[in-house]
Amino acid sequence: MNDMTQYVFLIPLLPLIGFLINGLFRNYLTKSISGWVGTGFMLCSFVLSVMLFQHVNQPGFQPEVIFYFDFIRAGGLYIPFSFLVDQLSVLFLLIITGIGTLIHLYSTAYMHEEAKDHFARYFAYLNLFVFSMLLLVLGANYVIMFIGWEGVGLCSYLLIGFWFGNPEYNKAAKKAFVMNRIGDLGFLLAIFWMITQFDSVRYLDVFSKAPAAPVAVLTGITLLLFVGAMGKSAQIPLYTWLPDAMAGPTPVSALIHAATMVTAGIYMIARSNILYSLAPVTENTVAVIGLATALLAATIALKQNDIKKVLAYSTVSQLGLMFLALGVGAYTAGVFHVMTHAFFKALLFLAAGSVIHAMHHEQDITKMGGLRKKLPLTHLSFLIGCLAIAGIPPFSGFFSKDEILAAAHDRSPILYGLSIVASLMTAFYMFRLYFLTFSGAFRGTEKQHSHLHESPAAMTIPLMLLAALSIAGGWIGIPEVFAHDAHWLASFLEPVVPIFKPHHQAISHQMELMLMGGIVVLIIGMIFWAYRLFAKSDVSFSEPDGISKWMADKWYVDEIYDAIIVKPLNAISSWLSKIMEARWIDGAVNGVGKFVLFGGRQIRLLQSGQVGSYILVMVISILAFLLYQLFWKP
Amino acid sequence: MNMPIIPVNYYIFLSAALFAIGVVGVLTRRNAIIIFMCIELMLNSVNVLLVAFSKMHHVAAFALDRTTAVGTEAQLFVFFIMVVAAAEVTVGLAIIVMLYRNIHSVDINFLNRLKH
Repeated sequence: MNDMTQYVFLIPLLPLIGFLINGLFRNYLTKSISGWVGTGFMLCSFVLSVMLFQHVNQPGFQPEVIFYFDFIRAGGLYIPFSFLVDQLSVLFLLIITGIGTLIHLYSTAYMHEEAKDHFARYFAYLNLFVFSMLLLVLGANYVIMFIGWEGVGLCSYLLIGFWFGNPEYNKAAKKAFVMNRIGDLGFLLAIFWMITQFDSVRYLDVFSKAPAAPVAVLTGITLLLFVGAMGKSAQIPLYTWLPDAMAGPTPVSALIHAATMVTAGIYMIARSNILYSLAPVTENTVAVIGLATALLAATIALKQNDIKKVLAYSTVSQLGLMFLALGVGAYTAGVFHVMTHAFFKALLFLAAGSVIHAMHHEQDITKMGGLRKKLPLTHLSFLIGCLAIAGIPPFSGFFSKDEILAAAHDRSPILYGLSIVASLMTAFYMFRLYFLTFSGAFRGTEKQHSHLHESPAAMTIPLMLLAALSIAGGWIGIPEVFAHDAHWLASFLEPVVPIFKPHHQAISHQMELMLMGGIVVLIIGMIFWAYRLFAKSDVSFSEPDGISKWMADKWYVDEIYDAIIVKPLNAISSWLSKIMEARWIDGAVNGVGKFVLFGGRQIRLLQSGQVGSYILVMVISILAFLLYQLFWKP
Repeated sequence: MNMPIIPVNYYIFLSAALFAIGVVGVLTRRNAIIIFMCIELMLNSVNVLLVAFSKMHHVAAFALDRTTAVGTEAQLFVFFIMVVAAAEVTVGLAIIVMLYRNIHSVDINFLNRLKH
């Protein structure tokens, strides 16, 4: 253990301290103190992460397992509490603490209307959220990861239901929690299976023993792990909680979507890439589900009118693309997209928060429009975010998305074609959102118009920083076509995550450039189409009909789940509570009582109080025994 | 000394008859004092039996060994039973006296209040 790695425990510990201070003293701290406590500890944690990153980035660095104490030691099972410092975990540390700090800073201004105890509660949850995620990323075995995994699930519940006075928000929080629990069950089963198969949950043991295990077992374990990832990272069929999670405050959405929550699934699969590459069936499942999610969410996003809902579905769609990358074996591309997506999705959410803040909690884009002049900084950063997510060079999204598309192209033309469709839809709905919000004429009320204002510096500074990252963040992964050996990220992550190996003959550079250029042209065409449709000053909003009504109503997935899962479950529960519980179980318990009472009443009649009758019975009994002894004895 | 030896059967029948009289008396009579006397009768029927058997044993052992004390223990039991019976009688009669003072009757069919 050298100078730097002995301070690793501080990185998750600092947000935990912030959580304790804000949580315990929420009634005594003023708003500015609790804001600075929350943000300050995050900033320290970020600085430590940067120092750790510099340490890891030195040549000759070997991944280190830092042991703290025995967590569980029972029989043959040994689970230490230890952290793993390597390239992958450090990269995630940087994303989580960096973006987390910006979101904390932003929140100090965004949440200023809250009462001071709620304000401190908010920062306490936020710090706990980041702490759990750091634990998840740093853990050196699956159990520590699972602790963090459960922690983020809990914090997402707390934060989505932050305004618990509203029953709708509580429902959304519960939904997120239950959906996550379904996934968590898969993860837990995978851990149990790992223990029976490998006798250990430590990454190093599991990965070294994996090649000797039967493929069927590995497929089972990886599929169960993927079920966990489905829940946490919002993939079909467990994605419906994420759009509903918009009930929480907007910076929370940014935190969930960019830094802390949904990236957990990607991290887990990237971390377990050795297991996944040994189970081709799972890889194909991951790719297909990822792509299906990307397409489904993109079609839904086309027709949503709530600014945060559009962003939420775009996150689901982008996560689908990341899983596609993981499924085809391009782990670097998946992690790369996590990073760039974290930049521009945090940017988009915080900018959307700024818009919502200026519009006094109006989220319907049909009531916005023409905000460009009133909110110049927000407008600029939102535009940068849209360009980045749409994949226009040289913004960050272009590089990571291109890498995913290239990997899909190598595996199958169908995957390639469908992922292009998904990215084209992304460009269209993001610019529909952009034009409806910032171009044309203002469609809100007069009162809202007079109150329009640019947000304070605590909100715009994070926006500017994130905008810069969204522009430049992709330059650490420049593909081979443009410059030789310029993909810094791939070579950085190589010790943990294998570099993508094409199955087919690599296509020529001219061909690749042509495909890339073609896609960019198509995306620009999409943006232009959106411009023609939505940048006018008199956009009309007709009731959707036909297929677009299906899209606007989210393909009725919630209704289907309601009909096939929730309703039958409710029916079974009410049968259990009304018939099973009330009649059978209560009947059995009460029946025993009634039988005893009845029997007692009958037997009581023997107790007449007549001594003579007692003696008579006694004498008859004695005579009976006597006769038995004398004559029945065998 | 040469009294005719009465066979032990006679004592057994006497004892059985006394015991049966006692049982029937307890079962059929309602007067507490009579019941008490019947119980005493049963106790004493057992005493008769004890003495008879004890004597029988002793005679059998005495024929073999002139110094033996075998068969005399049961006669000691009889004294114990008499003592206990005497103690019982004092308590029992005291109870009966108290009963009579309270309800002016010694009919046990009135004594069924514990039922409630």
